[in-house]
Amino acid sequence: MDQIRRLILKGGGASGVLAVALAAGLLRPTRVFAADWNKAAFESKAMADALKNIGAAGAAESAEILIKAPDIAENGAVVPIEVTSRIAGAESLALLAEKNPFPLMAYIDLANGAEGYINTRFKMGQTSVIKVVVKAGGKSYVASREIKVTIGGCGG
Amino acid sequence: MAEPMKIRTKLVDGSAQIVVLMIHPMETGQRKDPRTGQAYPAHFIQNVTATVNDKPVLVAQLGPAISKNPLLGFRVKGAKSGDRLAISWEDNKGEHARTEATIA
Repeated sequence: MDQIRRLILKGGGASGVLAVALAAGLLRPTRVFAADWNKAAFESKAMADALKNIGAAGAAESAEILIKAPDIAENGAVVPIEVTSRIAGAESLALLAEKNPFPLMAYIDLANGAEGYINTRFKMGQTSVIKVVVKAGGKSYVASREIKVTIGGCGG
Repeated sequence: MAEPMKIRTKLVDGSAQIVVLMIHPMETGQRKDPRTGQAYPAHFIQNVTATVNDKPVLVAQLGPAISKNPLLGFRVKGAKSGDRLAISWEDNKGEHARTEATIA
């Protein structure tokens, strides 16, 4: 499935079949990637399974992935995170939180000049280790960081 | 129809810094209604696609752990002033939105 997505990205760059289909109105733009939500990975309850389902089992620890986030998040419902990868040719970035009900939070494919950088906000139920997985040149790299939470962002 | 997204762009050292704010509840499916004890059904954005001049630059799959009103910041090298940026998203109920902007 991962392969297919990369093909779509590359094919889109060269404006192939996809653009033709779009122009013909056969596909609505928002529908193109709809089937491409990695259900198995997003519904994995354990970190190891989530990593396996995004094809990143056995990712190498890397000091070239910088995670900017608070050490202590006062509000677990909105935890800012900024990731910068200094690994050349980053193709995708994934964000995971070990103690969340479903560890995988986001999986982002990058192409056509998009840099190995992402800035977002996420929810954490409790103090947890955050992992960032970067794929580049067919290899997976991972960096971790613990964020403490005083008020959880899930449940209620 | 979903509310429009807010998009901000800035060119820094030949790279476009783009920040998108989508208006969406991002309901996890874990939260319970205190009166009935029933969980609010999950309702969250699953796919976000960003294109510059019709070329995809970012294709994101999101889970419900992304905060309410998701913010997504990314950078595109080589993008120029006047380039057309389009962002679209679709959630788990099939609702969708698309917004276009011009890189500053």
